[in-house]
Amino acid sequence: MIVTVNHTTTYHYDAVMRGAVQSLRLFPSQFDGQKTLEWSVEVANGIRGGAFRDGAGDRVEGWSVRGPLSEVSVIVSGRVETKDLTGVLRGHREIVVPEAYLRETTPTRANVALADLARSAAAGGGNALERAHRLSEAIAGAIVYRPGVTHAHTTAAEALELGEGVCQDHAHALIACARVLDLPARYISGYLYATEDGSMHEAAHAWAEIFVEGLGWVGFDAANTCCSDERYIRLGSGFDAQDAAPIRGIAQGIGAETMDVTVALGATQQ
Amino acid sequence: MAIPYFNEMYQNDQVRPLYARLEDWTRAMPAELRQMKQAEAEALFRRIGITFAVYGEGGDPDRLIPFDMFPRVFTQTEWRKLERGIKQRARALNAFLLDVYGRGEIIRAGRIPARLVYQNEAYERAVAGFVPPRGVYSHIVGIDLVRTGPEDFFVLEDNCRTPSGVSYMLENREIMMRMFPALFRENRIEPVDGYPDLLRRTLASVAPAKCEGEPTVVILTPGHFNSAYYEHSFLADLMGVELVEGADLFVEAGFVWMRTTQGPRRVDVIYRRIDDAFLDPLCFRPDSMLGIAGLMDVYRSGGVSICSAPGAGVADDKAIYTYVPEMIRFYLGEEPVLQNVPTWQCGKSDDLKYVLENMTELVVKEVHGSGGYGMLVGPRATKAEIAAFRDRVAAKPGNYIAQPTLALSTTPTFVEQGIAPRHVDLRPYCLVGERIELVPGGLTRVALTEGSLVVNSSQGGGVKDTWVLAE
Repeated sequence: MIVTVNHTTTYHYDAVMRGAVQSLRLFPSQFDGQKTLEWSVEVANGIRGGAFRDGAGDRVEGWSVRGPLSEVSVIVSGRVETKDLTGVLRGHREIVVPEAYLRETTPTRANVALADLARSAAAGGGNALERAHRLSEAIAGAIVYRPGVTHAHTTAAEALELGEGVCQDHAHALIACARVLDLPARYISGYLYATEDGSMHEAAHAWAEIFVEGLGWVGFDAANTCCSDERYIRLGSGFDAQDAAPIRGIAQGIGAETMDVTVALGATQQ
Repeated sequence: MAIPYFNEMYQNDQVRPLYARLEDWTRAMPAELRQMKQAEAEALFRRIGITFAVYGEGGDPDRLIPFDMFPRVFTQTEWRKLERGIKQRARALNAFLLDVYGRGEIIRAGRIPARLVYQNEAYERAVAGFVPPRGVYSHIVGIDLVRTGPEDFFVLEDNCRTPSGVSYMLENREIMMRMFPALFRENRIEPVDGYPDLLRRTLASVAPAKCEGEPTVVILTPGHFNSAYYEHSFLADLMGVELVEGADLFVEAGFVWMRTTQGPRRVDVIYRRIDDAFLDPLCFRPDSMLGIAGLMDVYRSGGVSICSAPGAGVADDKAIYTYVPEMIRFYLGEEPVLQNVPTWQCGKSDDLKYVLENMTELVVKEVHGSGGYGMLVGPRATKAEIAAFRDRVAAKPGNYIAQPTLALSTTPTFVEQGIAPRHVDLRPYCLVGERIELVPGGLTRVALTEGSLVVNSSQGGGVKDTWVLAE
């Protein structure tokens, strides 16, 4: 499948700001399931800074914008050729070891309810891959997709208690549960090309990867009870949503920030 | 006291030759003169404003740390052994850091458990795979040592991040020379005043490849509210470099810039005295006001050097400490010159059992604690204190380690009644850059309370000038 991406994020400030600095992780990962045909990342009126590939294999670019400014726009466009590897992150080069992803963070900390959920899902036995699948299904059942009830700082435990949430909450909960079972897990940010109904996902998407001995990292999207396939474009990873955020930025000044995001994905089958 | 402590001034009731002249000096000093000199020393410390607590110790930041005028002395032979051991340790710790952020050979070889490293709070995933200039992560290694006999030195802990207290080493010497010039004519004492110059050269030697010409070095301080601010400004002054706060620096076009009256000036090396978590809100804590947004992107793309390198703290954790002798064997193929204190990890069930049964004889410490807080000295504790501590250890064993109560050496110290032995430790400062350097000396901390084994300033500790005699 060839997926085209047009993604613009604009930050508006209600006062004039002195400048802005951003760290962008907005580049398609390089692995056997993805081939970048064209890709461009620009910050309007911005100055490109240091760029590198980090230990997790993500390309990161620093940008800055000189003030005075009242908005900052990040414009991404490109085309990626994708292949269905049933979630397996084959051919991805990274240095960080899976064990590093056993560490919990505030949003991915497992409370008793998450630990119980993980253990009961795993109780059926089976190998790590089967357990990971059942975990993903259990979370899909326990947290119903519903936008607007959770926010950026909602933890996995809170989302489970609410029983509702969005892809970020599904991913956090899956990570928390996987770690209960001693399976390294991480947060993935990227895009999902919406098919038929389009109701269960946003184009800017997030899911989780679980490390399965023998297979490596495998992408699980609890929100859509599937593995990441050719409809998914993987951008970057981290311990949780904040750590894996495609855009981390800061503007200097006293203005309050609001954000507009438009993502348009198109696809052609080969 | 049941345990025979080694008094560094005496051996078999004889004054050791290295202290001979100091004995004459104290004999010739009447009590009134001593009191006058002590008052003079305090006035000098107050005037220069050096009142800070050694980093992480807590306590009143404006309280003057007592200065004891009786110097602590090492022979050249003693020092050479220490120097060899300290440099060896600094090399091994840096090799370890380079390894765990690279291929992790020591873990693959099964010599250190993966969990201790990769799930350590100080392990920074963000710098995995990044090789800092010259492969150095910890540029200033502070190694805390104690002595229990003429030949017996033990390492108590390693400090790989930003060990402080070096300003005391320099000021203690400065003040002693000012007050007792004759002592420095009679004794041939190795100088320590080359430290700032060595530090500047060390920092300059790890400038990034993109640096053109003479590197611009700065010291990054959290600001004047920090208890060690005096030391930050003191070192900046002596090195002839700028002392900056986060707001003085900004990131643009892949470099870090310093705001100056002549316009932006590129910065090549940042000697930071702030913790990893606060360095860059775009990489670490998003609420940090102390750091520089975008700094880590510049660092990881080779535009600036940060000393110590972010992530260096994974080498100086109290749980990792146990494995430093193993690191020395693994990376250097050498036997450790300096010994570790035997340590029980309460996280291991056998060790925990031993610790709980023998608490009255052990020193029990929190893994992440510092400054003598969260610590139990078994032989000095009451039954109630031991019982309370036992419950804490049993509740969270992984948070605690235990060590035997060491018979810390004593050195003569001026006390109200005259001169009396008091327990001491030693922190030398090893510099790692293009070369590994160590000035002959360090910071001697002394437990001023009679019988106390806790030298931390927050618990009634003081400081002394530390001499290494020339041959």
